[in-house]
Amino acid sequence: MDAIWHWFRVLYDTTGINLPIFYDAFDRRRFVNGLWMTLALSVISIIASVAIGVVGAWLQGSRLRMTRRVVNGYIQFFRNTPPLVQIYFFYFGIGSLLSTTGPTGHPVPLVSNVAWAIISLSFFAGAFNVEIFRAGVEAVPKTTIEAAESLGFSRLRTYLLIVLPLAFRISLPALNNNLVNLVKTTTLAYAIAVPELLYVTSQIWSDNLNVPEMMNVLLLVYFVLVGALVLAMDRWERAIRVPGFGA
Amino acid sequence: MRRAADRLWRGSAARTAVASRARAWHSLAPAATDLPVLLPAATRLARNAAKARRGGGPPLRLTPAHGVVLLAVFAIACGVAQAQAGAGQPSVLATLWKWLPVLLRGFVFNLAISAMAMSTGTLAGLVLGYAQISQVKAVRGVAAFVTHFFRNAPWLVLLFYCMFLLPFQVRVFGMTIPIPDWTKATFGLALPVMANVAEIVRGAVQSIPTAQWESAASLAFNRRQTMWMIILPQCIKRMLPPWMNLYAILTMSTVLTSIVGVAEIMTLTGRALSAENRPGLLLPFYAFVLVLFFLYCYPIARWTLRLEAKYAVDR
Repeated sequence: MDAIWHWFRVLYDTTGINLPIFYDAFDRRRFVNGLWMTLALSVISIIASVAIGVVGAWLQGSRLRMTRRVVNGYIQFFRNTPPLVQIYFFYFGIGSLLSTTGPTGHPVPLVSNVAWAIISLSFFAGAFNVEIFRAGVEAVPKTTIEAAESLGFSRLRTYLLIVLPLAFRISLPALNNNLVNLVKTTTLAYAIAVPELLYVTSQIWSDNLNVPEMMNVLLLVYFVLVGALVLAMDRWERAIRVPGFGA
Repeated sequence: MRRAADRLWRGSAARTAVASRARAWHSLAPAATDLPVLLPAATRLARNAAKARRGGGPPLRLTPAHGVVLLAVFAIACGVAQAQAGAGQPSVLATLWKWLPVLLRGFVFNLAISAMAMSTGTLAGLVLGYAQISQVKAVRGVAAFVTHFFRNAPWLVLLFYCMFLLPFQVRVFGMTIPIPDWTKATFGLALPVMANVAEIVRGAVQSIPTAQWESAASLAFNRRQTMWMIILPQCIKRMLPPWMNLYAILTMSTVLTSIVGVAEIMTLTGRALSAENRPGLLLPFYAFVLVLFFLYCYPIARWTLRLEAKYAVDR
């Protein structure tokens, strides 16, 4: 392993291509941490937003008009405002209200910027997911639900065991679009100083003055990251496609 | 499966009648799906997903109600800030009025960036989209790679890329021409636009039925003639709604340039707020910015919907 790291040192000495993320242990750790942070932001937000979507779609089918209205308002707010504004709104707007006084007498935020990034990204993608799952649920005919009812399934179990599996297959192409978009949106966490990939990379290039190299690394990493997600989701989409449906 | 069933039925003459009746039943079934277990909502969702994938983002669906809510937020924020104002401080609206020329200049700057990025990106995207349907395999492959590369990269990363890697000045014939940061930002936004336009072009050309190509060929049109005189004119109708939606998305994305320090409306609003140094002004000022963007994007979103309904061909 050390030989590989050393090779990048030699590369720098001979060609001037400076990639400290390989030969410098400190920068390597920083970069890997940033990569992990981006992955963590993506994975946690994906899971949370899908959960929000499932629950939201269920609540939208509620018999209470108030519940439906609340969910609708949530969708309208997060669908129609830019995600950057949402992140600022959560971090500066709500985050500044939620703080306690620390031991030094300075205000200490109760919720960290990482948590706010995850929360706002999840809500942002979740709003789209609610609509996506809702459309999927609508596509399941009433007769299927009646059949489940006649077999003694409760409302929740009908939703979880009968409607959702069918609806999920229908929703997957749209969900795929949205999740790819979500992973790309994690870069906005840069704006509230979350140490994700873009943020640590900018730290590294301002320390080492190697902007071109780090820029290319950054672009490549995101291309691979998003490309892998697109590929995996495409395959999954094809694997669980409802046969005969769609072109 | 249907073909396998046909093969089973083939054999006796008596069974052929049944098979033809079965085929007739199939032709009566909805074209998009064979399964009666799914309602038309499924087809609609699939179509919208394909559209969003091609167009680079979910369609904007703004309604007048959104504008009313934004105005209400603005009014309430103004009221709250007014109540918080100390004695002797100018009113919120007067402060906003004072900064209005600055903010509007910033907003016009946003619009200029969006228009320039859109025109550059569209021109490059048309070329790239045309290359994607080229008959030369290598050209097609390279164009597809470039398109996917720029579609997969986050907008903010591309923006950073252009901001930091383009030179701040170029020397041409001994003359030094400075490149201001907004030019670089425009270029950075034009790259994803280019990739998305290329995808819109490709999708539109591919959505034209093959029969169009075949009938053109039977009328002795060559490939270029078919492309320019028959296929592309039909594509324009299909490309216009997603293209306009992309423009609306781009306009809202111009605020990203504030992160890299371009003096557009978000940056100027931030500067105005720090100059005033009154925390209460934060909400009314940003609500005002949202109202401005709504006023600009709402007509575009409405017009896109109208065009979409008018040009609905792929039903």
